[in-house]
Amino acid sequence: MFSRDNWKEIFETIQKNKLRTFLSGFTVSLGILIFVVLFGMGNGLINTFNEFFGDDATNVLYVFPGRTTIPYKGYKSNRVIEFDNSDLRDIEKNLALFVEYTTPRISRSALVKYKNESNNYSTRAVGPAHQDAEKTIIMKGRFLNKADIKNRTKYVVIGRLVEQDLFGTENSIGKYIDVAGSAFMVIGVFQDEGGDNEERLIYMPYTTRQLIEKNTDKIDQLIVAFKPEIGYTGAMALDRSLDKFFKEKKYISPDDQSGIFIRNVADQLKQNQQFARVLQLIVGFVAFGTIIAGIIGISNIMVFVVKERTKELGIRKALGATPRSVIGSILLESVFITTISGFIGMLLGMAILNSLGEKLKDYFITNPYIDSTMAISATVLLILFGALAGYIPAKRAAEIKPIVALRDE
Amino acid sequence: MGSNSLHVLKGINFSVEEGELVAIMGSSGSGKSTLLNILGMLDVLDEGSYTLDGVPIKNLNETKAAQYRNKFLGFVFQSFNLINYKSAMENVALPLYYQKVGRKERQEKALKYLEQVGLREWADHLPSELSGGQKQRVAIARAMAAEPKVLLADEPTGALDSTTSYEVMDLIQKINDAGNTILIVTHEPDIADMCKRIVHLKDGVIVEDKKITQVRASQYV
Repeated sequence: MFSRDNWKEIFETIQKNKLRTFLSGFTVSLGILIFVVLFGMGNGLINTFNEFFGDDATNVLYVFPGRTTIPYKGYKSNRVIEFDNSDLRDIEKNLALFVEYTTPRISRSALVKYKNESNNYSTRAVGPAHQDAEKTIIMKGRFLNKADIKNRTKYVVIGRLVEQDLFGTENSIGKYIDVAGSAFMVIGVFQDEGGDNEERLIYMPYTTRQLIEKNTDKIDQLIVAFKPEIGYTGAMALDRSLDKFFKEKKYISPDDQSGIFIRNVADQLKQNQQFARVLQLIVGFVAFGTIIAGIIGISNIMVFVVKERTKELGIRKALGATPRSVIGSILLESVFITTISGFIGMLLGMAILNSLGEKLKDYFITNPYIDSTMAISATVLLILFGALAGYIPAKRAAEIKPIVALRDE
Repeated sequence: MGSNSLHVLKGINFSVEEGELVAIMGSSGSGKSTLLNILGMLDVLDEGSYTLDGVPIKNLNETKAAQYRNKFLGFVFQSFNLINYKSAMENVALPLYYQKVGRKERQEKALKYLEQVGLREWADHLPSELSGGQKQRVAIARAMAAEPKVLLADEPTGALDSTTSYEVMDLIQKINDAGNTILIVTHEPDIADMCKRIVHLKDGVIVEDKKITQVRASQYV
């Protein structure tokens, strides 16, 4: 069945029926191409989601103070809630079971100068643990440490782009910069995968910031990291405990929705991952539909091909072609065309995905890809069904009596 | 094929010897094509028996029938039935392909038979580039290429003008002279007269079966 002669016969048939070959090949190629590209885009979408959250620690809760809306325990509504250093200590003491670390964050914008260069930057006054919360990567020097907090040192850690803006090619470590009128020494330079804005930040000890601001102990927001081993349910429990703890401590009504806000990264991540997964499912469904459409397309073409060849097959049978050889040649031809064009479509699709890379990042598609096992299985599936789709009409054609086939005009 | 069976042939009893050239005649609907199709194993008989070269032909599955057709029979049709995307030579070589003859030998044989029908120079032409008479000669070469025991021709001159018809008959007579057995279905008396025996069918029965003196086609060519 697979002798060289058979192949030659098939090649000749393919060569001399170019339109037919082109049509079936094109259908298969297009089907696989669309499948690969769509599926890859789905993966690109997930990549984007992961990237959004990948640059920050995912075991983190952000706690913001708000404004009360309900009078409670003798306090009027519309009261501004503030955090101070005691809150930090209380969390670490009361929720020690859950909490891995905490850090405050006080954000201020400041004009920063070095020699003739100056620019406005966001400064963040934080504790040492902030490095883990933001996954800040130190390029040179060091991050803030406990001694800096204790001694209220006038040290800053600057973003890669801050150094680039102010220092150019000069090394910034050990140099002094002017932050809103006070001189700070640069002790470290960091980079962050969160993008350019994250690399235009300046970190300083929160105690130093509090000292500058008339020795206050107020804090803008708290960042609480939980132990990863407590898992998602633990994180949700901590979320509730924090809410309860602050509402009691700050005299906020348990029903007040805006006295305090907690942003739970774990919860958001889970929701977004679910969203991404649903998107992927939808994209996968559409892609699968494309494959089905491809199968139907190739089936139709095969029915048409066999119909068109009925008379020819009748002649061949009159000349001594056995049903087996009739089926064999139709099937081999169809499998050959679908295999070649299927893999062309697949490779083309993969090439398109590869060339896209980051180009569609504005549309939330980053590095779209399809793993080759998936692509190959889809292609093989289409080839198999193409063969099956060819087999049924081929078998029917082989069973037609030659005299009937010959009468067919 | 419907539920009503139609008796086309109603008791035919005849035999053909090796080397004969038989014309089967009759008006349309007399059953002459059905008879030829049964002889050619293109159609199956409901009752009776058919023996070809000592082999009883019955209860054949398609595979077996195909092999017998390939080995024993060569066909010539009224509408030529050449495969339109294959050249004359490839058409002639096709039965040999199904006999599993090697490619080289196939081509040599095909050329040899094309030579016999006088179309060697046309070997690379497609059927669409040939005249009706040439197409039928290619078809005859194809039927002969498998070196069959019997050549069955269904109205081989039906689609040709009389001059071309005589050329084709001349060719058929020459093939018969070489010892081949040939059956021709025709309704044209002048074509029938060029055979050696005429079987007349009417309404599915043989009404006349006579040996005649052959009229040579070459005198008209």
